[in-house]
Amino acid sequence: MSLVDLHQVHKYYGDFHVLKGIDLSINAGEVISIIGKSGSGKSTLLRCINGLEAYQKGGIVVDGNEVTSEDVQVRRLALSVGMIFQNFNLFPHKTVGENVMLAPTIVLKKSKAEAEKIARNMLEKVGLAEKFDNYPDTLSGGQQQRVAIARALAMSPKVLLCDEITSALDPELVGEVLKVLETLAEEGITLILVTHEMNFAREVGNRVVFMHQGKVWEEGDPKVLLTNPQTDELKQFLGAVL
Amino acid sequence: MLYFSDLLPYSDLFFSGLMTTVELTILTTFLGIALGTSCATIKQYGHHLAKRLVTTYVELIRNTPFIVQLFFIFFGLPSIGFKLSPWEASVIALTINLGAYSTEIIRAGLNNIGKGQIEAAKVLGLNFRQMLVHVIFIPAFEKIYPALTSQCVIVMLGSAVISQISVEDLTYAANLVQSRNFRAFESYFVTAFLYLGLSVLLRFAFNLLGKRLFAFREAR
Repeated sequence: MSLVDLHQVHKYYGDFHVLKGIDLSINAGEVISIIGKSGSGKSTLLRCINGLEAYQKGGIVVDGNEVTSEDVQVRRLALSVGMIFQNFNLFPHKTVGENVMLAPTIVLKKSKAEAEKIARNMLEKVGLAEKFDNYPDTLSGGQQQRVAIARALAMSPKVLLCDEITSALDPELVGEVLKVLETLAEEGITLILVTHEMNFAREVGNRVVFMHQGKVWEEGDPKVLLTNPQTDELKQFLGAVL
Repeated sequence: MLYFSDLLPYSDLFFSGLMTTVELTILTTFLGIALGTSCATIKQYGHHLAKRLVTTYVELIRNTPFIVQLFFIFFGLPSIGFKLSPWEASVIALTINLGAYSTEIIRAGLNNIGKGQIEAAKVLGLNFRQMLVHVIFIPAFEKIYPALTSQCVIVMLGSAVISQISVEDLTYAANLVQSRNFRAFESYFVTAFLYLGLSVLLRFAFNLLGKRLFAFREAR
């Protein structure tokens, strides 16, 4: 059975029909890139997967758990679904180390020593071990985003959701973040990315999902799909971004 | 001619009045901020009905004079069976007063916390209480700390009014002394000076605490 399963998911914001029957099935270890114009529903889709947004019809199952948007649900999902945001959302009053240690300590009830060990490991993984005692505001955007990745990884999630995580970065800082993602992909973590990084989608991703007007318009192998789009909408989109 | 030496025989009275004001200020500052924090949290995140209740309380206090609130509690409540000592009535009145004003101040701080911070806490699995304690309160207080400090000083100074219900605070001492030796200028001059000192001390204490709580500020 797949790790993430969406079945005919419909979502409305008032009268606005954002998601119009999404079917998507994602296996463990896959790297999925969701692309599409802004307003096509890709971020909303991501936020439905971990319960940050409620949906009105259909079903989402993650790791065997049905996703609803109850607060308790979001908390239980947090154990298997990590998320990284466009604006990092690090806690400014905590040091880098404290940011990473927080959830393992108070959610997983790990001892401080144990949490610190995890935090140091994760920061090592994203190449920021030496920033353990610094405050987020002293880091560059790229470094902050890598800390955010370490913070998510510290909960050892099965799936990592990335919501345009390089969009707020200066161009020269994008590479360091993508490099970390690439390493994670090689290690076999399941990644679902909403992204504009077509090269990354092509080189690292297993599958590209093109969303248009709230539907999965086209999906498939990135190398095929991105070089040989079938629909006019995808052709137009690729023409605009590439 | 001014005769400050005429106050010397009453120095004990001034001192015990000063201590009463200090004690009352420390107690009501803690209680008032705790009340304000609770009410602000309800107002920001609470259920509809609870929000209304808090709003009613805040507006009621913010739109009536403190002395009327104090007299109502001390002279009014006994009529319906709540008899309070002057000290108790003062603690309650000052706490309720600071609670109402600080509710609005603290809520402004809570309002300032970005949605992203809350979502980050949620996706990490923190429950509501953990989110408040570990993610929201410190940055929220940092934003409004100067305003909150000022409000506490205002309430401390406003506490002079409680001498009217015979709490033997600093102002009570000043009134008493000048009625005995008729040295009004000297008595109130010294008292004003002592209040000034208390204000400076209170601000200093807040700054010191702030430096510890908001160490992350220094990094910017």
